[in-house]
Parts: sequence; C-alpha cells; structure tokens
Amino acid sequence: MPVIRKKEKKEIGQISTSSLPDIVFMILFFFMVSTSMKETELVVKFKAPQATEIQKLENKSLVSYIYVGPPATAELRAKFGEAPKIQLNNSFSNPEQIGQFIASERDALNEADRNKMTVCLKADKDTRMGVITDIKQELRKAEAYKISYAALKAVKTAQ
Amino acid sequence: MAKKTPEINASSMADVAFLLLIFFLVATTMDIDSGLNRVLPPWSEKQTEAPDIKERNLLLVHVNKYDQIAVQGEVVDISMLKDRAKEWVLNREDDKKLPEKKEENIDLIGKYKVSQGIISLQNDRGTSYERYIQVQNELTRAFNEIRDELGKAHFGKAYAELEKEQQDAISKAVPLKISEAEPQNIK
Repeated sequence: MPVIRKKEKKEIGQISTSSLPDIVFMILFFFMVSTSMKETELVVKFKAPQATEIQKLENKSLVSYIYVGPPATAELRAKFGEAPKIQLNNSFSNPEQIGQFIASERDALNEADRNKMTVCLKADKDTRMGVITDIKQELRKAEAYKISYAALKAVKTAQ
Repeated sequence: MAKKTPEINASSMADVAFLLLIFFLVATTMDIDSGLNRVLPPWSEKQTEAPDIKERNLLLVHVNKYDQIAVQGEVVDISMLKDRAKEWVLNREDDKKLPEKKEENIDLIGKYKVSQGIISLQNDRGTSYERYIQVQNELTRAFNEIRDELGKAHFGKAYAELEKEQQDAISKAVPLKISEAEPQNIK
C-alpha cells in the first residue's frame, strides 16, 4: 500500500550562530594565554645552533635578549656589510653599549627580581667566538652573570 | 509599568571576537626560548692570579680556530668528549692523576664523594659559535648523565623526573663545574 505523502518543500533550518562568539572567544583566550608579545623587530638574521641538553627559560619577563648575526636584508647588508652585528632593542649596536642596555633593562624590573635577570644570547651559528667573547666580557662588567645560549632542540644521537 | 530593556543585538559579537583573535594572532609569538644556561664569573679589573687549583683537579678543554678540540693537550673528536669528561669527573678507580673527591654529607643522599674537578673551557676568537655550543653541550651531557645515574641509584628515577628537593640534592652532589676562562688566543 503506497503511503501517500504530502508533498512538502524540504527546508533546512537556519544554523544557529549564537554560540559562534563563545567559540571564537575560547580560541582568543587560548592564544592570549599561550603566546607572548613580539617585542623586537629583528634586523639581524640568525640560525641558532642545535643542542640536546637545553633547558627552557622560565620567566620571560626577566629575560633580556641580545641578537648576533649578519644583517637581515640585502639593503642592510649593502650598508653595513656581511659581518655579524650585535642587535640590542631594535637597532645595531656596539659591544660598548651593552652595559647601558643591561642597566636600563635592570631598571625596568622589580627590585626583588633584579638578581634573577637572565640574558638570552641569540647568536647565529656561523658567528666567530670573538664577538661572543666581547659580549660576555661586557656582560661581566655589567654584572649580568646569568646567561643562556639560545639553541634549538636536536635529536639525541644513538650511542 | 517597568520599562522593558531592549535586547542587545549580539550578532556582531562574533565579528568583534574575530577581530581581537586576528590581532593576537598577528602581534604575538608562540616560540618558547630554550638554551644552555650558564653563569659567568664576576669581572675584575686587574688580571687576577690563577686561583689555587691543583693540577689534577683541572681538565683543560681547548677549541682552536680550526674548530679542533684538545683535552689536556691531546686532540680528540667531539664524539669522544662526553665520555672523556665523564670518566674524568667520576674518577671511579681513585686514580691519583684524576680529580680529588671530598666526602660530604648531603640531605636525602647521605655521604657522597663529591668530585672536586673543574672543566676549564678555552676557545679562540676564531672558533665558530656552533662548535662552541657543541662542546658546551657535550660537557653538559657528561654532567647530566652522571646526575641521571646518581638519581637512578638513589631514587630510581632520572634527574629530570625527580622532585625539586631531590634534584637539589643531586646537583649538590654533582655540581656543574664548567669554567669559561678569560679569553686568550690559542694556537
């Protein structure tokens, strides 16, 4: 027996978008919590060396960065040459300026946190140690003893 | 009659949220910084005399401008460096030429013979940064392996998996003694 059906226009109900803001806010909060602000624009390019025994830097607000590497763009290379340069804040600097840089970074911290300040040295792997040694000497003069040589995680070699 | 508050139209909420989301996507980074942590020695204006360290307690590691590595004046490959450093620090057979050990009482571990050895790392101005980090890494690995062994022997776990107090005890028993010497030129 055939079932008689009323011919009905099939219509898909509108999808409710009322929960869309909630979802987007959720993603937003995830990104707000898990990321940190970009603070500097790099004017040097660097490829960090690899190491296996690296430790994470705990407290980002206590870390100051020193970048070392050849100038990033062809324009800058034409102007400053190919040799590795030191970048403090947003511009090229001399090793002599490190003392001042450390002092201003230290002033920006709470008094209680000042001795916990760490300097993260992000240097290109093809840099010669001469530049690094100069930086280390300046850091010692500036009494910034805690240092971290930035490195990427390498896979442990089989023994 | 109480006034009815009109319902706020929330349809643009999603747009606002998207806008904020895109702002955070663009303006932030996610990379976590990691590296080898070291503590530099304090600066002194005048050239200080070499501290009084017995010769047997000092392992000299040189890296020259051709990125060659020498341990106690003997050229070695990077792959040998970790084991050399480890054997030297541990001094299992109490060799008179290898570093002294001083018995100390350490919480949670008890009496432990702490090695007095210091590894002195010297590099040339022409050494590449990559090789320097490799050497630092191998030396750290030597210490980390000793710590792991001690952790397994006393607490049954590798160093990284231990509680904070246990880690402190082990780092007291196996201090990371890598000295970065005053810069000088090495042939």
